[in-house]
Amino acid sequence: MRVSVNWLKEFVDVPVTTAELADRLTLAGVAVDRIGKPSAGVSGVVTGKVAEVQPHPNADRLLVAMVDIGGETLQIVTGAANFKVGDVVPAAPLGAVLAGGLTIRRAKFRGVESRGMMCAADELGIGDDHEGILILPPDTPVGVDAGPVLGLDDEILELDLTPNRGDCLSVFGVAREAATLLAKPLKREKPAFPELDLRAARMARVDIEDPRLCGRYVARVLVDVRVGPSPLWMRTRLFAAGLRPISNIVDVTNYVMLERGQPQHAFDYDAVHSAHVIVRRARAGETLVSLDGNERALAPDMLLITDPRTVIGIAGVMGGLDSEVTADTKRVLLESAYFDPVSIRRTSRALGLRSEAATRFEKGVDPEGCLTAADRALELMQAIGAGRAAAGAVDVYPEPYAPRTIIVRPERVEEILGLAVPTKTTRDILERLEFAPRISEGRFLVRVPSHRTDISREIDLIEEVARVHGYQQIPDSLPFGETVPGVRTGAQVLESRLKQLLVACGLTEVVTYTFTNRKVFDRLRLPGDSKYRRTVRLRNPLNEEQTEMRTLLYPSLLDVLARNYQRRNTDAALFETGRVYRPRDSALLPEERLRLAAALMGRTPAGWRKRPEPLDFFFLKGVMENLAREIGLGPLVFTAEQNEPSFHPGRTARLRAGETDLGIIGELHPEVLEAYDLPPGVVAAEIDLNLVLAMDKKTPAFVPLPRFPGVERDLALVIGKDIPALEVTALIRRAGGELLRELHLFDVYEGRQIREGFRNLGFSLLFRADDRTLTDEEVGPHLNEIVRVLEDAYGAQLRA
Amino acid sequence: MRERLAEVVEEALKVIAAASSAEAVEEARIRYLGKKGVLTQVLRGMGSLSAAERPVVGKLANESKERLEQALAARSAFLKQEEKAARLAAERIDVTLPGVLPHLGGMHPLTRVRTEIEDIFLGLGYQIVEGPEVELEYYNFEALNFPKDHPARDMQDTFFITDEVLLRTHTSPVQVRTFEKTAPGVPVRIIAPGKVYREDDDATHSPMFNQVEGFAVDTRITLGDLKGTLVHFVREMFGERRMRFRPSFFPFTEPSAEVDISCVICGGDGCRVCSHTGWLEILGAGMIHPRVLEVAGYDAEEVSGFAFGMGIERVAMLKYGIDNIRLFFDNDLRFLNQF
Repeated sequence: MRVSVNWLKEFVDVPVTTAELADRLTLAGVAVDRIGKPSAGVSGVVTGKVAEVQPHPNADRLLVAMVDIGGETLQIVTGAANFKVGDVVPAAPLGAVLAGGLTIRRAKFRGVESRGMMCAADELGIGDDHEGILILPPDTPVGVDAGPVLGLDDEILELDLTPNRGDCLSVFGVAREAATLLAKPLKREKPAFPELDLRAARMARVDIEDPRLCGRYVARVLVDVRVGPSPLWMRTRLFAAGLRPISNIVDVTNYVMLERGQPQHAFDYDAVHSAHVIVRRARAGETLVSLDGNERALAPDMLLITDPRTVIGIAGVMGGLDSEVTADTKRVLLESAYFDPVSIRRTSRALGLRSEAATRFEKGVDPEGCLTAADRALELMQAIGAGRAAAGAVDVYPEPYAPRTIIVRPERVEEILGLAVPTKTTRDILERLEFAPRISEGRFLVRVPSHRTDISREIDLIEEVARVHGYQQIPDSLPFGETVPGVRTGAQVLESRLKQLLVACGLTEVVTYTFTNRKVFDRLRLPGDSKYRRTVRLRNPLNEEQTEMRTLLYPSLLDVLARNYQRRNTDAALFETGRVYRPRDSALLPEERLRLAAALMGRTPAGWRKRPEPLDFFFLKGVMENLAREIGLGPLVFTAEQNEPSFHPGRTARLRAGETDLGIIGELHPEVLEAYDLPPGVVAAEIDLNLVLAMDKKTPAFVPLPRFPGVERDLALVIGKDIPALEVTALIRRAGGELLRELHLFDVYEGRQIREGFRNLGFSLLFRADDRTLTDEEVGPHLNEIVRVLEDAYGAQLRA
Repeated sequence: MRERLAEVVEEALKVIAAASSAEAVEEARIRYLGKKGVLTQVLRGMGSLSAAERPVVGKLANESKERLEQALAARSAFLKQEEKAARLAAERIDVTLPGVLPHLGGMHPLTRVRTEIEDIFLGLGYQIVEGPEVELEYYNFEALNFPKDHPARDMQDTFFITDEVLLRTHTSPVQVRTFEKTAPGVPVRIIAPGKVYREDDDATHSPMFNQVEGFAVDTRITLGDLKGTLVHFVREMFGERRMRFRPSFFPFTEPSAEVDISCVICGGDGCRVCSHTGWLEILGAGMIHPRVLEVAGYDAEEVSGFAFGMGIERVAMLKYGIDNIRLFFDNDLRFLNQF
């Protein structure tokens, strides 16, 4: 909402600067975003009278005008032709600045010198008209600053109104607010204008079929209509408020809407059959060609303005093309009505028509103001010579506004605000806000004025008192009384611990959109019946990439890897914790599960003394093992997984803790990587944190430190390469007996010196007894037993 | 004899002083003090002295021997010292070479800011809870006093799943879900962080973003308590700066407020970041609307509460001077590595 300060001052004296006024309004909840100028940057333009016009000697389409700007006459070459000798125009002499920053300089056009410019509306920033020179009213004084004449001396308050303050969607409404805050009287002059003998009540008839949707309908009639442009001052104000001037009749309806907040519609009286307006709901199959030329299909719950034959408008939203005011219109039927906010809102949404009128109706206009607004329109129309008013109005108002009475308890005000506002202050504020407070038994009885449809209970009035009194008056305090312990949930503690561990392991956290789309599932090679394809789908997605909620987390990380890879960030170790969403048949809401995913590509950073390591399966496996140990999950078990379509069949494992299948870890399938434009070898893991959370966490139980030294032995085995290392270690443990305390695989080698199909595994073993120092002789048989068992089981040989 | 002794001592001292290694010192010792050493030889000649002279010369001889032994020891210690110094000098490293770092990853800036916010309120005795992101229309709007077909719904462009189910547009539904469990019990002090969604996408709006909701319900919570709490929060988060509370409107709070802080870039003089107002809006707040309390089962005459909500991205953007919200979700490593 843009409000002209000059216009505002027609309704209230403003004894403070505009900046101060803006501050007061802002601190009372009517936020002023900025103070604008109707035509920022325009300067030096004066009024001038055309004294002489000559054709240009060397150009057919140019004219040479002599313009008197008071004490000086400018020779101006122009391409415009809409002016004549005697016209008063805005003239920009040398050095003047026009909209868009253009500075006027001396120029020659086809050999004739030009020392200025006559301006069109758009060049002054007060219109978008570039059709010709702006002709000023003939009584405009010549040789004066054009600023005040053009309304350039105005300032514009750009308001960011909250949806509850529909009453401030007008100059008058903002003036009322300003009057309250400045403790100044609000000027309300009743519109006054001569009326003809002709009575509107005999010329028009109004029937409201659905009074719930149309609470009041005022019609007035204007005759002897002469449609033409509205005066400059009106056009300037409309333009500054963001509306395009159209014609005197339409401009007045818009002007009154801006001024009073009451949207109006002007029908061509003679296009309304029998001059009989019927306000009713649409019937099946009805259509209307609206003012913008589009044919609209009307649904049965929409409120219409009709005549006995046809539809002439969609109530509160847009009028019909056939009944619009045209250059030939002789009589006007003016509508000034109150429509149900919800109905207007539904209709305008359904039709996709967001008009200034609909915006006001859906926030609630003042039903008591319909008639005054209609009178104001007729006053203006008559004043600008657009026509003459028929006497009286047709005013159908089935249930006049009955103000609601609300009780305000001073002690309640204090309980909510934490401040005892003096009774006198409270009463004063309520009075200035037109709530007509009465005091009874220490309480205020207030009556809600018709323009404050947002006020319905005591708390609303407590807010009114607080905002006008000023939030800055309320002392800062902290809640006191019984306290609760400040704690995180178990899930939050786990999540945060895991994040810290992952960061310590060298992984970087990312946060990605939780959306996905069907193409992602294809890219992941998921079969048609994959459970991951069952998604929560958005009804109104913003774009094709974000059509549903994700069911897997790691694909989001693949997107991040791909984006970074494209930008030559080729090494990355990323993780994210976040939710996935699975529809449930048994409930409206999907299941949201917290997951952890990681994805790695490239290598760890190299240093001058550190060789880079591949960020591969084993790196990620190590990270996961670290996590499990640190959170007390016990050892993880990795078993080869060959059937995950998105993963490499030979380089993927299921990840288990105890009996629980936590998730998957592996290298992505080459085709998936190709689809993502990622290099070979990218690995990813995803685990379900809800499962992790539900599992028992072991608290470490202290084991006394050994009192006797142990015996260390290394074992180098040549063994078939298909035999999983896990099986070999398990066998060694079993065969080693209880004296074998530590077992550690320190070398894996295949290649030269090792037979084809075999590999060398190097283990270090530590034997120890709790009650004595072991001797080599005692350890020997255990070692032999291990070798024997391995040979029996796998044909393993000690490496020579 | 005396002259001879003096000569020998003088010569020996020169030799010792010139010795440049442990070996040379030992050589000098053998040469002068050894069994066949020069001094030893001289002393052997003492037999030819008179009985009167013998004790005098004897004393002199012992003194000479002692002097030489001391000189030898000093020289030897000096050389050892020098040798040690030379070895340390040779062992010098270039301390300006880069350290060998165990490679650390990093936390996302949104996580950092969220944790910071949470910690401030944990310190004030708030519990942290979370709620579903795919939410019922009832919890997101209806129970929060957003009537159907009310213009207030335009404040939050909504992603719908069905008529009844949507992506929550704010973390406020957690209020209602919490109250349903706690009512009529007090006190309640809760922080609810999480992802929220709005159908909006530009440099300062993202279809998904993060909010932290905070609310407290007790028998006598006031607007002053809300102000004091937020003043504390802002001081902890942004340091000492000016604040203002502006009346505003949210359907689920009344009175409602928006909280501005003096611009973190220009300090309040006006700049591009604050649109030349000197103020930055950082959160919305208010006293919980009695209807919200009543719907959830509280007696709004007996208890009152406040609630506030802020965008974590907004706080992070102000804190780190980030000018485009999309950077958070783009996850370029060159961005992430800055935090």
